[in-house]
Amino acid sequence: MPIKIQENDFDLSAEIAALRKGEPRVGAVVSFLGTVRDMNDGSQVKGMTLEHYPGMTEKALEEILDQAKSRWDIHNTLVIHRVGSLMPEDQIVLVAVTSAHRGEAFAACEFIMDYLKTAAPFWKKEDTPEGARWVDARVTDEAAMARWK
Amino acid sequence: MKLELRFFASLREALGVSQESATIPATVKTIADLRAHLIERGNPWSEVLANGKVLRCALNQHMVDASTALQDGAEVAFFPPVTGG
Repeated sequence: MPIKIQENDFDLSAEIAALRKGEPRVGAVVSFLGTVRDMNDGSQVKGMTLEHYPGMTEKALEEILDQAKSRWDIHNTLVIHRVGSLMPEDQIVLVAVTSAHRGEAFAACEFIMDYLKTAAPFWKKEDTPEGARWVDARVTDEAAMARWK
Repeated sequence: MKLELRFFASLREALGVSQESATIPATVKTIADLRAHLIERGNPWSEVLANGKVLRCALNQHMVDASTALQDGAEVAFFPPVTGG
């Protein structure tokens, strides 16, 4: 279950090919790709900087992936999260899950993403025409995580 | 007790500190006690860590709640709610 925190961009096709290579038991691959929007809370976003807590980030993501593996019958998982400077349209995050059948992979992928949003120590700072601002956490993200409990 | 304190994102910026080795009195036993102890330093600590502010904390790189007991040599981090993804 690779976890990669990196400044560099990634190739979605190559990552998914690697995740399921030599795994004929896989019948379903579900992936979520998060990208940078050019609008947030009514302001234009010119770019953003992503900060994280090295060490804790990897531990938090490992715990989330372990939970997903204990809840659903899935094979492999992958999380890539970029940090540093990003621009609108850039890829930020990839979560991919493989399983025998689609239902387990769909559920696990959404679960991982919902938990990542509230439990993994990343913070976004947006560059807007009104100046730089730290993004506020959304109440809807807490609600999205709570429904899995 | 000795602690390694870490601050991230908006807290780091407002405090002007990302990491600090601190020696704290024995009366400080929990994360909540530590927050109150840091508030006693005055501004900017009292403002940034004020009780009304929603903060998250981690002990040895695991998210914990404020009632969690501190341990000597621990790494304690304070940060705003996370906004990744």
